[in-house]
Amino acid sequence: MAPTRSWRSVLGEAGSAGTRWSASWWQVVHVGAVIFVLALSPSSYERGNRIALARHLYLATAPSLPWFTALSALISLVLIRIVVVTSLSYGLSQYAIEMVVRVLVLELIPLTAALFVALRCTLPSAAELAQMRARGEFDALQRAGIDPLRHELMPRVVAGSFAVMMLAAVSCVLAMVLAYLSVYGFRLSAFPGFTRTLGQIFSPGVMMIFALKTLLFGGAVALIPVAATLNSARGAAASANTELKSLVRLFSVILLIEVVALMGNYR
Amino acid sequence: MNESPPPLLPPSEPAAALPASPSTAMPAHVQLKATLLLVFLLLMVVGAALYVSYARGAFEATQQLVLITDDSEGVVVGMDMTFAGFPVGRVKRIELAEDGNARILVEVPLKDAHWLRTSSVFTLVRGVVGNTNLRAYSGILTDPPLPDAAVRTALRGDASAEIPRLMAESRQLAQNLSAMTASDSPLNASLAGVQAFTDKLKGPGGAMGALLGSDAEAQKIAQALDRVNTLLVRVDGLAAKADSQVFGDQGVMREARATVLQLSAMLQDARASLVKVDAVLEEVRAVGANARVATTDLGVLRADVETSLRNVDQLINEVNRKWPFARNTELKLP
Repeated sequence: MAPTRSWRSVLGEAGSAGTRWSASWWQVVHVGAVIFVLALSPSSYERGNRIALARHLYLATAPSLPWFTALSALISLVLIRIVVVTSLSYGLSQYAIEMVVRVLVLELIPLTAALFVALRCTLPSAAELAQMRARGEFDALQRAGIDPLRHELMPRVVAGSFAVMMLAAVSCVLAMVLAYLSVYGFRLSAFPGFTRTLGQIFSPGVMMIFALKTLLFGGAVALIPVAATLNSARGAAASANTELKSLVRLFSVILLIEVVALMGNYR
Repeated sequence: MNESPPPLLPPSEPAAALPASPSTAMPAHVQLKATLLLVFLLLMVVGAALYVSYARGAFEATQQLVLITDDSEGVVVGMDMTFAGFPVGRVKRIELAEDGNARILVEVPLKDAHWLRTSSVFTLVRGVVGNTNLRAYSGILTDPPLPDAAVRTALRGDASAEIPRLMAESRQLAQNLSAMTASDSPLNASLAGVQAFTDKLKGPGGAMGALLGSDAEAQKIAQALDRVNTLLVRVDGLAAKADSQVFGDQGVMREARATVLQLSAMLQDARASLVKVDAVLEEVRAVGANARVATTDLGVLRADVETSLRNVDQLINEVNRKWPFARNTELKLP
């Protein structure tokens, strides 16, 4: 009897865990869809919301931009140097630029930008949201006739994904400039060849995968922590648990996107 | 959208005032800054898209070239076709033709098209490291330029395909070498023969013995040489004797010289005789001249004689008339 009961209880626990898991994912997708629709509807851009959006956009991007750009430039320089020296020693220097662009611009920089924005901006922002909610500010907002979804959530999500794109774009451009300077030095004569190599790398398929990947990174990084706060119970312990869960979920989603992008590029 | 709110729980305590939250502190000119950031990102994305389009040749006027090859392995869309190491075109499409050959459609920018001529040759070379190169060669740059949509056959060279053949050939070569260097190989036998030859060279007969096969033969040759030497000594003596016979005191040469002297004297005499004959001939010429004058005088004499005869004839006729009985009127000339 006892084994049967335990088997049943195990099955029940597994079932309830599975249900919770799918419910929480469904919550993320649902919130994402709602915010996407809100972001596209013109009524979200009334004056009050517009100011909130501008504030979040600025606060998410501007403080991180110099730091991240400097950091990624440093790492890019080291990696470019390693790739160039190694390819020179193997006599394959004509592939150095291609290797640098493929490794840095297409793969590493968007991934690093997404992680940086997650740790620096969207996870703290989600924690702040959870605190606001715990303090009952959402209810106060609703009572004051302000939709907290439009006024607090949507701007944070949009700002998070914008920050990912902004950081990735600036660092990618900088990495390409650094790659050009490391390989060819300060002269313009090699620019047509460099352009040609870039043209060969950035085929339409690669461009599409790159753009989609960056967009999805931005969406995942901005959305998952915020959605997790809405799904959570109240209380400090529950909040910490939620943050951890959302972090794991975020990393797994980023990993999934990266793997799918790699499969698309190098299948 | 209001019908799908997050599962917000009812408030457990009165709400805190919104401006009290530290996160709501508003930076100055936040809307302007956010707009600037948006515009910056937009510019970067649009610029990147334009640059990549330019890099992929979207803004270039091109002409098309179709290369036919039996195997397009390694050719990828977007790869370059080079001329003298410079890219002059890029692969736009690869397709399989009805006849099973691969058709590689290459787009050549019009500004580079003048490098390609009707006599240009196109090659598809696959390197050992795996990269494939599409190259164009134009030998005669004064030929007419390649027309648009020209169809050419690409010659294929495959370095990695050469490797098995090269391996087979080098194996064959190694086999031949080992066959040549085996202990019973002809080369070894030849070398042994050479060794025996050099041994003989070092032997008592030397090169002669090696050439003639045995020392006895070499001995014969040496004897023959000795006899030839003796013969030469005798011939030498003979020559000395002949020398004294010809050029000695009583030699032929001396007598010949005397004879020549006598001959010279005789020639002198003959010259004197000829001078005399010359004088005689002069006289004969004078006699001739006299005879011519005498002949002229003889004419005059003859005329005189004829006149005298006519006078005598008249005289006789006169006498006949005066002397009628004279019957014989004929007069005889003396």
